[in-house]
Amino acid sequence: MQNGAQIEYDYSVAKAFTFSTILFGIIGMTIGVVLAFQMAYPELNYLAGEYGTFSRLRPLHTNGVAFGFALSGIFATWYYVAQRVLKVSLKESPFLMGVAKLHFILYFITILLAVVTLFMGITTSKEYAELEWPLDLLVVVWWVLWGISIFGLIGIRRERTLYISIWYYIASFLAVAMLYLFNNMEVPTALVSGYGAWYHSVSMYAGTNDALVEWWYGHNAVGFVFTVPIIAMIYYFLPKESGQNVYSYKLSILAFWGLLFVYVWAGGHHLIYSTVPDWMQTMGSVMSVILILPSWGSAINMLLTMKGEWQQLQTNPLIKFMILASTFYMLSTIEGPIQSIKSVNAIAHFTDWIPGHVHDGTLGWVVFMIMAAIFHMVPRMYGREIYSKSLMDTQFWLQTTAIVLYFTSMWIAGITQGMMWRAYDEYGSLVYSFIDTVNVLHPYYVIRAIGGLLYLVGVFMFAYNIYKTATAGRVLDKEPANATPMAA
Amino acid sequence: MFHWLEQRPFFFAVAVFLAVAFAGIIEIIPDFAKQSRPTVGTKPYTILELTGRQVYIKDSCNACHSQLIRPFKSETDRYGMYSLSGEYAYDRPFLWGSKRTGPDLMRVGNYRTTDWHESHMWDPVSVVPGSIMPAYKHHFTNIADIDTAYAEAYTVKTVFSTPYDQDLDGDGQIDVPLGTYEEAKAAALEEAKVIAADMKNQAVKDAVANGQVPEIVALIAYLNSLK
Repeated sequence: MQNGAQIEYDYSVAKAFTFSTILFGIIGMTIGVVLAFQMAYPELNYLAGEYGTFSRLRPLHTNGVAFGFALSGIFATWYYVAQRVLKVSLKESPFLMGVAKLHFILYFITILLAVVTLFMGITTSKEYAELEWPLDLLVVVWWVLWGISIFGLIGIRRERTLYISIWYYIASFLAVAMLYLFNNMEVPTALVSGYGAWYHSVSMYAGTNDALVEWWYGHNAVGFVFTVPIIAMIYYFLPKESGQNVYSYKLSILAFWGLLFVYVWAGGHHLIYSTVPDWMQTMGSVMSVILILPSWGSAINMLLTMKGEWQQLQTNPLIKFMILASTFYMLSTIEGPIQSIKSVNAIAHFTDWIPGHVHDGTLGWVVFMIMAAIFHMVPRMYGREIYSKSLMDTQFWLQTTAIVLYFTSMWIAGITQGMMWRAYDEYGSLVYSFIDTVNVLHPYYVIRAIGGLLYLVGVFMFAYNIYKTATAGRVLDKEPANATPMAA
Repeated sequence: MFHWLEQRPFFFAVAVFLAVAFAGIIEIIPDFAKQSRPTVGTKPYTILELTGRQVYIKDSCNACHSQLIRPFKSETDRYGMYSLSGEYAYDRPFLWGSKRTGPDLMRVGNYRTTDWHESHMWDPVSVVPGSIMPAYKHHFTNIADIDTAYAEAYTVKTVFSTPYDQDLDGDGQIDVPLGTYEEAKAAALEEAKVIAADMKNQAVKDAVANGQVPEIVALIAYLNSLK
């Protein structure tokens, strides 16, 4: 291929991951909505015998959305963005093409097996690391395949300088590899003893150490799955869709290196007032507050990228999704540090404020950004116009309302419960029994469930719009440079 | 410097890794040896308790119940003495949880009985009106997997030197026996008979009499051991 000639990109793997993003998104979020209704109406625990209880479904929800939906989205965007910013096509390397396809196949099989085993109650119990060792090994295999794809494509790139998005994908790959390996160190018991279930294992770490490693992992799995690669996306898709240059290169450097250095320290904020050493809890607390700087650095960089072009918010719903995502990222990254302050944590920890925080971050930032990325990619991968702009707009407002219902109700629920747990009467006795503090939450659980349901309806609208775009959208004669064309 | 790095993927990746790994090295490694020391009196779980612990994990009880009492008066009044690191020395994995949809269970063995747990797991609302916890009736019929619990105990004994078959308090007797597979299985059944004697459910009693251990019996043994 000559320099300057149009490179023909190959989207087969990006398309496959786009499909799995939508599939696992629907599964994971549907289970989430079921869980939300179960908390408001406990009779719903008995829809599927032992397989339908809240406790069995909860790991399915978290794994489904984090490792099914979000990871699929990350991989889909990787196989789309990488070719474009590195100026190289997957077609040029049959080896990397094979790696990419194998990556998808093994990944898809793993997630399906994860769904089945978690339904069966096969779990290590460690949050976001529930999968047992045979599946962990599978994860390692396709994670390495992704690494080969990253460094392989970089190796044959034509564009010498790595664009910001690539930095973030590299960081995500390396950090998750490190975290995942250390946290999942476990000894298969059947191999040692010759008895019992072959897939069972026991953690290499005990008690407080186990907690330390788990939250070092758990916090940063959030960081390097729900933050870092999502920033990779917004750095590509927002400038591309808006036609604007990234506001500040210096700010992007500061935000990137700052985030990498500070993020991992903050894991200690999950263990405040626990039995881990005090200095580590304080460190977790302090670093969480410092983390505001690099987080807001990226977010502000994105908002200022729109400088002088804010009217695009009115004309292009895709820009609206991304700007709101960035705004929710700011909300979430100021809320987390507040919860990490020791005296606030004393009230917030163990309450519904925590899932509230997680969900304004995930629903508002992660899911919005991934959906925006797909809305941008699908018309270019299929050469078709977005099927319906008005459906997109409706979806946007429906889901924004849903998120507000979700986090406001959980803020109130969490603070209410935290305050009730510690309420004393004038004789020095606890005022409330535990069940009092559960029953008072009923209305908030109902509001949250409704919020979740509205959001899920939005996800179905999204899936329908994408399906129609890929199959029935007006065919484009050439690829749009910036604003994605959409039918009214 | 950054321009230079951005054109050299290898050095870039090394720099990224160092930035990310730094915190883990400082935070985690120094405290490993110190934090795994058991508190005086902490003993490993018996086979039946460990079986119950696996039932607890299988049904993700930790999704709604913590096992970590923070050092506040409002917590010690409600749940008992705050948690000490050494009490968890034999917990693989730890089960602190991150959400209290239900109450903390760190010391539930101090204030609940076999009888209470049986009624509660069969129908939570019958003992806690307004409870939103699901009933776990399948624990009364599913047979517990003692083999896997034995495998786990054997593994932690051989790989991590967890003190099974040892005299911990110096009274000349083995504190928590493990022994061979057959011995462990027989011991678990004996322990199950003691629990079943305090239970009302006839099917469970019959199963134990026939040499089988329903999950509920193991789970109650575990919950009773949490003190």
